Amino acid sequence: MPDKNAAPKQYTSKDFDDDLDFGHDDFDEGLTLPDINTEPMYINIGPCHPATHGTFRVYCKLDGELIEKAGVDVGYLHRGFEKIVETKQYGQVIPYTDRLNYCSGLVNNVAYCKAMERMLDLEVPDRTQYIRVLVMEIQRIMDHMICVGTNIVDIGALTNFWYFFNAREKLNDVIEALTGARLTYSYVRIGGLAWDLPDGWKESVKATLKEIPKAIKDVTGLVKKNRIFQDRTMGVGMISTEDAVSYGWTGPCLRSTGSDHDLRKVRPYYHYDEVDFDIPVGANGDVYDRVMVRIAEMEESMRIIEQVIARVPDGPINVDDKMVVLPPKEKVHTTMEGLINHFKVVIEGAQPPAGRIYDATETPNGELGFYIISDGTGNPYRIKVRPPCFYTMNALKFLIEGGMVADIVAILGGLNVIAGELDR
Amino acid sequence: MSDKKRAQKIADAIQSKFGDAVLEIEVAYDEFVAVVDKAIVHDVLADLRWTHHFDLLLDVVGVDCMELEPFRERFEVEYILYAMKSDTRFRVRTPVPETDLDVPTASDLWQSANWGEREAYEMIGINFVGHPCLKRLLTHHEFVGHPLRKDYPVMGGQWCSSTSEMKEELEESQGGAPGGSSAG
Repeated sequence: MPDKNAAPKQYTSKDFDDDLDFGHDDFDEGLTLPDINTEPMYINIGPCHPATHGTFRVYCKLDGELIEKAGVDVGYLHRGFEKIVETKQYGQVIPYTDRLNYCSGLVNNVAYCKAMERMLDLEVPDRTQYIRVLVMEIQRIMDHMICVGTNIVDIGALTNFWYFFNAREKLNDVIEALTGARLTYSYVRIGGLAWDLPDGWKESVKATLKEIPKAIKDVTGLVKKNRIFQDRTMGVGMISTEDAVSYGWTGPCLRSTGSDHDLRKVRPYYHYDEVDFDIPVGANGDVYDRVMVRIAEMEESMRIIEQVIARVPDGPINVDDKMVVLPPKEKVHTTMEGLINHFKVVIEGAQPPAGRIYDATETPNGELGFYIISDGTGNPYRIKVRPPCFYTMNALKFLIEGGMVADIVAILGGLNVIAGELDR
Repeated sequence: MSDKKRAQKIADAIQSKFGDAVLEIEVAYDEFVAVVDKAIVHDVLADLRWTHHFDLLLDVVGVDCMELEPFRERFEVEYILYAMKSDTRFRVRTPVPETDLDVPTASDLWQSANWGEREAYEMIGINFVGHPCLKRLLTHHEFVGHPLRKDYPVMGGQWCSSTSEMKEELEESQGGAPGGSSAG
């Protein structure tokens, strides 16, 4: 038993674990601080910093307030996606894809199922293709709302966040009515969808869409010509198209530099080529352009939804392939063949032919690629995800070096780095 | 000209230029894969980068082929390339034997190879020679082994506790696009 009346132990810096020292040897020598006028200062930002929206760490060598050198550390949310899916069936991978970019889980679902359907040589019915476009574009709006909203919060403007999240909440209700979930949807299946649209869903989408332009107008009205916002974002984190491509950038971040690369246009899938929409591009590749490109993309997504919602045809939602798609419940409960079919699909699952495929989809963040190796069995041999923000994050060191500390936050928010997708 | 024809032309050009060192030209799901010897992989990639204008390296994939048929070598590295102007996708694959894990780095051709190769290094154990900072990226710096190898157990978590000092990342110099106007 320790003596309660003893004087409390006086701790010195030596008592603390050396492992917690962030490379600053001077602290070990009895707390003599370096002269900040002549010596460089080292600071550590993250991994749990309220302004990073995810867990990553930036370590900076500062000269005054200028970042002389920076190091970026990621991987704090690494959950071993690629290892765990090797033990699952192809259909069981879908819930894991929800957890890649958790701001737009449905797009990841579609991206994975699209790759698998190409591997299995399946063409999903038209109705499913249009529904997938619908949910993808709704999710694109929702993802951009989070990105733009939080980015502007980080540089000090909270009101915009509520404007966007009010509208996003209504879209979330629409998605909830369809999928039953608000974050991890798992609505898409290999060869189709989990279930058909509920009654009156299209009307509720149309009604909700009418409220988005108001939110966009409120936000752009506050920030677009706002001097404070422009000072914080214009010319900050600039990158040329050539450098951005070399760093592997895709999606809105690349388009903010002036490139009009968009997989929906260059390699159209799911009738995107029949829909009339534009690709918004920026000019300077700075944070301001990234925000404005995203806002413009939300308007384009609304255009796509308006056109597509009128075109959704009637018909089946699943492909007619008994080896891939579960039979309808009535058949399972009333016929022997349906029951056997159900068991076969659950136990064995889809079995694509041996081979390798790389298939990419334009997600809100950029090109999400799935590189799948099949050995002919029901379990994937290897699935490599090509997350778009892994490569945008690669350029963070390049973007922040030579800038101010406060710019890190603005740049990070503009890149829309989602740790779930970055670290997998 | 369709994407497939363009890729076919590039595959033919690669084959005629490098001859026998191109082990195989594989066509899978309308996409061309050049399987090349490890000794010339950097030359092939440089040729694709500068002659055929593949300016976007989409991903670097490391594969452990231990249980894969037909068996060539234990490991493989695959580069997924994309040409922005001509909208062409092309893949380059090189087998890596277990006894010699050295592969020349492609980070002097594309900046995106920097993190892509770091990931392939930590997950599979490929040693990219000439890489500016070949350190673990997604796993902890105390982590031992390469988790995406087939002989690494799925539940093989490790206890890691100390914080990385990140001195190497700090001193690493990272510039713009190689060969570009703003290359640093």
